[in-house]
Amino acid sequence: MMENYRKRELINTLMKGLVFFFTTLSLVPLLFILFYLIKQGIGAINWEFLTHLPKPVGESGGGVFNAIVGTIILIILSTLMAVPLGIGAGIYLAEVKTGKLVYLLRLGTDILQGTPSIVLGVIAYLWVVKPMKSFSALAGSVALAIMMLPVIICSTEETLKLIPYSLKEAALALGAPYYRTILKVILPAGFSGILTGILLGIARIAGETAPLLFTAFGSPYLNLNPLKPINALPLVVFNYASSPYPDWWRQAWGASFVLTVMVLVFNLAAKIGARKWEIKF
Amino acid sequence: MTFNRDKLFERSLTFTAWLVVILVAAMCLSLMVYSLPVFRAIGWGFLFHRVWDPLEGKFGAMPFLVGTLLTSFLALLFSLPFSLAIAIFLGEYFNSGKIALFFQNTTSLLAGIPSVIYGFWGLFVLVPLVRKLEIKLGVLPYGVGIFTASLILSIMIIPYAASVGREVISLVPSELKEAAYALGATRWEVIRHVIFPYARSGIFAGILLSLGRAIGETMAVTMVIGNNNQFPSSLFAPANTMASVIANEFTEATSDVYLSALIGIALLLFLVTTVINIIGRYIIKKLSV
Amino acid sequence: MGDKILTTEHLYAYYDQHCVLKDINMSIPKFKVTAIMGPSGCGKTTLLRCFNRLHELSPGGRIKGKIRLRNTDLLSLNPIQVRRRIGMVFQRPNPFPTMSIYENVIAGYRLNGIKLSQNKADEIVEQALKKTALWDEVKDVLYRRGTFLSGGQQQRLCIARALAMNPEVLLLDEPTSALDPKSTAHIEELIVELKDTVSIVIVTHNIGQAGRVADYTAFLYLGELVEFGPTERLFTAPKDKRTEEYLTGKFG
Repeated sequence: MMENYRKRELINTLMKGLVFFFTTLSLVPLLFILFYLIKQGIGAINWEFLTHLPKPVGESGGGVFNAIVGTIILIILSTLMAVPLGIGAGIYLAEVKTGKLVYLLRLGTDILQGTPSIVLGVIAYLWVVKPMKSFSALAGSVALAIMMLPVIICSTEETLKLIPYSLKEAALALGAPYYRTILKVILPAGFSGILTGILLGIARIAGETAPLLFTAFGSPYLNLNPLKPINALPLVVFNYASSPYPDWWRQAWGASFVLTVMVLVFNLAAKIGARKWEIKF
Repeated sequence: MTFNRDKLFERSLTFTAWLVVILVAAMCLSLMVYSLPVFRAIGWGFLFHRVWDPLEGKFGAMPFLVGTLLTSFLALLFSLPFSLAIAIFLGEYFNSGKIALFFQNTTSLLAGIPSVIYGFWGLFVLVPLVRKLEIKLGVLPYGVGIFTASLILSIMIIPYAASVGREVISLVPSELKEAAYALGATRWEVIRHVIFPYARSGIFAGILLSLGRAIGETMAVTMVIGNNNQFPSSLFAPANTMASVIANEFTEATSDVYLSALIGIALLLFLVTTVINIIGRYIIKKLSV
Repeated sequence: MGDKILTTEHLYAYYDQHCVLKDINMSIPKFKVTAIMGPSGCGKTTLLRCFNRLHELSPGGRIKGKIRLRNTDLLSLNPIQVRRRIGMVFQRPNPFPTMSIYENVIAGYRLNGIKLSQNKADEIVEQALKKTALWDEVKDVLYRRGTFLSGGQQQRLCIARALAMNPEVLLLDEPTSALDPKSTAHIEELIVELKDTVSIVIVTHNIGQAGRVADYTAFLYLGELVEFGPTERLFTAPKDKRTEEYLTGKFG
């Protein structure tokens, strides 16, 4: 009996050690990537890098100003497209709850959630680039907007579901029409949750490369026209990383660092925003 | 008047909901319509032929199917002990407190790093390491290839798989665990005989969802797999996955059949990931009810 | 019994096929406090929610029969108009969390899209808060969120919100069930004061409360109106055995 107990204790300790070991080990490559990114990235960043356009091959220096602007334009365009659609569909799910359309909408959201981003690039190519016969920022943002959509739908639904029914009753008992109840009472009460969802959606798309390869395409110039090809930070990283020039590799690390900071800022803003504007019922 | 506005509001909500559903249906339909030419030209052989040579007009998707399967399953295999360990670590040993918080923040930070950066890092750090290993093993030292792609993929899916696993493990009712402890079970015995059986279907769902991720992952793989359209001859050989061949060749596709073949691969990728995802999500939804 | 404000005739209420109110015939007197009491699940809240037609919003909620507000058929009106004329206060205080105290009081107007001049709005807010004896406590923090108030203050704010619309009837659904004894006493005083300007219907499962505030009391059991009459008479000489058993604590 005592022998058996010792054996069991031993196995218990052994497995605990194994779990701890693998957990710690898994952090190694992850922290290594982070360390490498910071070390290489910070070295590449200076004022010129952030505010100048790329120089032609062979000339050193230059920056990624056009890609930073491009990424911002892509984010704004896709957010404008995804937010109204996502919030509307989210309200529908939270309010209607059952029925055929709800089932289809849930299924559609699940499908979008799992669709590989490269496929969305192909879709945006077929829908926008092909008929307009030109790569464009618009095409890129269509792909990114589809990618954001499920995040916004889910977070809107989850947020609205948590709002107590008594609040809706209070408004209806005052004789408020349904649409005003939703727009003036329910949506403001869910503001922080929905905003968090939008920020997480942006964080999800800001670093995406695959959907931009044959939609936004990239460009060495500063472009503000949504119907023309536009550069983006992830495209810079990809194109420069696969080039044979060490100076471009250095710039790719710089762009990687800026991009990661951007994604991080959106993620943090989502967390802080959720806390700061939290509404108590 | 308010009645009309209420109607209008409800109609526009319904309209939005339909729009999203139609969007998804239209995506599927577009992919099907545009991949028709390649099926018309080659037939079902498109899926089974082992040669992909656009110059000769030969389009067989088999090398990419095999490339995708190999990289994703290998990645799953590499990451499984790690993600399972983290899931147990965070779900059972440290489900609250500072260490849990540290891990959560680190993993969410790392999940936020864009995949193109993983690829970049892989290209500059992992590829030389693999090359050294290949020289030691006596295989052709490409550095890039299926093995490298699987490594980088496994690093990328660990945080995701671990977070799904943690969620599933935390769904195990504490009464069950306490009952087992009360019978004198050790912690490992509780994990082994209570948590695992209870969470089995959830862990399976987590594996499925991670597989879906790995199959659809594009940039990191594209950058380190070596972009070779031959049928993969070994685990170290350069190859292509469905996603990476689209990324590489889409803008170069000159003929209609060529473009249609790539869209056909996109359709295939879409269908495979969708089926895997829906099954995975279905299992998790059933568990959490 | 004086003037009637609300009258029901053969009122039935259902959830899907399940009948929760059977053949209710009663007349609620004007400018009086009428209590509806009975054990939980007897349909008293449903009855209240029929009066302002919130019952129809519950899943499967249906009403059959007649309800008259003065002389108009309440069920033929637009529910939105009904709810503007009949205010309601709920079990748990539910001020709008995104609005200030001021905005909460005026919310009925804002949510109905009724434009008010600044002076008029100020006046309505002040009057409503004075009626609910909240003015002195909150006049300096009008622009803070209503959710910072104590539970009792929040509930009085909700009463003020309902009163601001100048309703003809005020429905109170167990308004003190979530409050401490002191706040409860405060609200009860308020109810008695308010009956000069508005007819009140209060649902309560607290027999003592009905005795303290109500002029008339109805006893509901298993969806049926067992007895309805002046509170004093009902409490001292109940005609029905079930009423007597309930009042003496035999069930409920």
